[in-house]
Amino acid sequence: MTMLYDERIDGVLPAVDREGLRQALTQAMPDLQVLHREEDLTPYECDGLSAYRTLPLLVVLPERTDQVQTVLSLCHQRNVPVVARGAGTGLSGGALPLAKGVLLVMARLNRILEVNPQGRFARVQPGVRNLAISQAAAPHGLYYAPDPSSQIACSIGGNVAENAGGVHCLKYGLTVHNVLKVEILTIEGEHLTLGSEALDSPGFDLLALFTGSEGMLGVVTEVTVRLLPKPQVARVLLASFECVEDAGRAVAHIIAAGIIPGGLEMMDNLAIRAVEDFIHAGYPVVAAAMLLCELDGVEADVQDDCERVAAVLAQAGAREVRLARDEAERVRFWAGRKNAFPAVGRLSPDYYCMDGTIPRRQLAHVLKRIEEMACEHGLRVANVFHAGDGNMHPLILFDANLPGELEQAETLGGRILELCVAVGGSITGEHGVGREKINQMCAQFNSDELRLFHAVKAAFDPRGLLNPGKNIPTLHRCAEFGALHVHHGQLPFPQLERF
Amino acid sequence: MSLDRDMSEALLEQVCQALESETPLAIQGSGSKAMLGNPVVGQVLDTRCHRGIVSYDPTELVITARAGTPLQEIEAVLHQAGQMLPCEPPHLGPGATVGGMVAAGLSGPRRPWAGSVRDYVLGTRVITGHGTLLRFGGEVMKNVAGYDVSRLLAGSFGCLGVLTEVSLKVLPRPRQCLSLCLPMSRQQALAELLRWGQQPLPISAACHDGDALWLRLEGGEGSVQSARMRLGGEVVDGGFWAELREQRLAFFAGAEPLWRLSLPIATGDLPLPGRQLLDWGGAQRWLKCAADAHSIHPIAEQAGGHATCHGTGVHHSPPLPEALMRYHRALKHQMDPKRVFNPGRLYPDL
Repeated sequence: MTMLYDERIDGVLPAVDREGLRQALTQAMPDLQVLHREEDLTPYECDGLSAYRTLPLLVVLPERTDQVQTVLSLCHQRNVPVVARGAGTGLSGGALPLAKGVLLVMARLNRILEVNPQGRFARVQPGVRNLAISQAAAPHGLYYAPDPSSQIACSIGGNVAENAGGVHCLKYGLTVHNVLKVEILTIEGEHLTLGSEALDSPGFDLLALFTGSEGMLGVVTEVTVRLLPKPQVARVLLASFECVEDAGRAVAHIIAAGIIPGGLEMMDNLAIRAVEDFIHAGYPVVAAAMLLCELDGVEADVQDDCERVAAVLAQAGAREVRLARDEAERVRFWAGRKNAFPAVGRLSPDYYCMDGTIPRRQLAHVLKRIEEMACEHGLRVANVFHAGDGNMHPLILFDANLPGELEQAETLGGRILELCVAVGGSITGEHGVGREKINQMCAQFNSDELRLFHAVKAAFDPRGLLNPGKNIPTLHRCAEFGALHVHHGQLPFPQLERF
Repeated sequence: MSLDRDMSEALLEQVCQALESETPLAIQGSGSKAMLGNPVVGQVLDTRCHRGIVSYDPTELVITARAGTPLQEIEAVLHQAGQMLPCEPPHLGPGATVGGMVAAGLSGPRRPWAGSVRDYVLGTRVITGHGTLLRFGGEVMKNVAGYDVSRLLAGSFGCLGVLTEVSLKVLPRPRQCLSLCLPMSRQQALAELLRWGQQPLPISAACHDGDALWLRLEGGEGSVQSARMRLGGEVVDGGFWAELREQRLAFFAGAEPLWRLSLPIATGDLPLPGRQLLDWGGAQRWLKCAADAHSIHPIAEQAGGHATCHGTGVHHSPPLPEALMRYHRALKHQMDPKRVFNPGRLYPDL
């Protein structure tokens, strides 16, 4: 089954008069940049999930909110689908263009409008990079907590659309916990303010609903994020283990001891070796698994917690526990983790990054099953894991130039996600469904649940013009995909015919 | 004898009958929060039969319980394991249920530092207006599959469906907890809070009662002790916070209506037409006064927040902008097309 938009099962898209639309856009906004030549469109044919590519109908690059509003109104009038895109770093194909749709690139709306140290918030345009917010807040001793690995490049509008996470979520939350207010435009070009600078707002919590909605309900035009005082100190412990089970148990014991680390990361042997070859972070290359545990806060507490955690780790069977001696070593320990993806990329011509979440107690079982399944497909998998919050990133190694390997990798990836659902987890912790996991949505949700999602969508975009084909599969797609599937012991969609 | 029972089939049956006959339902638990919102005329759907903790593993930091489970029971079980609901939800009555806690979405004194009820909602089971029992979210910390319907339901006062089960993130209780009382004016308290807010201090509650600033410090021994030395004041009994949360302080007595103002944290002192008490470090202000809604809403709105009337049996919700209200109506229509769930509780149109 192709992963590109398939009108047969994803829904028929309206026919578009490309030239007419281009003229209408240029006429309404002479200063709006509209790309239409193939060589100009090509750089936008994919996002961070580069395996899937489609040339967009047109690319528009607004610099002001009023242009965004006009683009949406015109597209709505003419029944043209719109796919919003930020920095294009998303890993699930959420900004994959449509051949019959306009790609609305928000990257040029990149001004920081206000940093308010007293109110502890920053008000920014959607194209502002995640890290740039913390940099702007730093002179006031404040920062923006969510820090996805791509924070140097990813934009805050995309973070809101994907409910982005990072390595500090267990303690500091996801994007949804750190955004106070968003300004959005609906497909009709209607402006709505969701949330406020106060801690709650009247009516339904549409801010929570929009966060992570993958550009399906509206387009974010401004974001107000909460800023936090920077922790006084951060220390990192590195522990190595002879088996994965011990490492998993250590994680549970740290939590049981009443300690919530700022970050708690696990890597398996293949990932450790890849990183050590690449970064020379001083990782234990013979260990079966390794934990990085960051403790942050006020000096006296951190000191205490380090001692407690070191004791817990030793008791759980850690072979070696190292406290980063100084800031340089702490940064090096983290550099290894933050470069795990490119490091693994050096082992193999291609890799495929997964993003399932599981209850932590299932960790050892899931890793064992992943290894078995990888063998069945003749592939290798390196595991990097936000152990604190149960978010796994298995990296499937493959070579796209070998016939059939990409398909093998995709099949294995799908099976891993279904395993996550089967043990009580989710197919995506922070990367989003996008186009990539559209089929696995049929495993996580039944047809009634998917219908409810479509109903929510219809409240904001009844014609389905915003980002069609992403996030929520059609019932038809699930019927086709679901032929392989039994959900809660029942064959899904018995009322639909099977192809 | 255990009172735990899975009555979800019976609840679903009652909803299906209501949908069939288009009979409005007044969803209720113990009724501890009945004074919030407009009264609902409808057949009572009592969730209290459907109760019991479904799963709780302290090392997973998640508890799942049926909607009718008493909040007291949940808090007792968490307490035994050294954990807590960080948003410290107000009970406002002895029988408060966990379903009501999520549907009302009220958070206690720790809110500005630890987060709100919706921040801790990980998953729900809900009966929707299509007569089906659905599951959204789950028991894992991170889950971005599909729309976040669970968090949408938090604070929706049952207007979008019947919550039958909730999964909540929980956290370990802090090792140290200390309460301080510092006599100072409200204006001075607001200025100090503004300054402290930009520093990594272990403050977890801040209230000004008219005469003094009450602070709670929570964290490790070291941080709590050093903050205590720095901030000064007198060490007092921590029972104050429960009295505040449950609206049992002397301030809350008296016949005048009670108003809640939710404001940006840096809002300065506001001249309000009545007695006021500051909670949430100034972001939540309680007002006892007889002034009418038309004079109170603009004060809150001009400050960037909103005001709601509590506890009078009459609900003065702040008006929503017309465009926003239109999408609220559309969402209500999609999720509850026959308008059977708590019609009018939040707004007459919903």
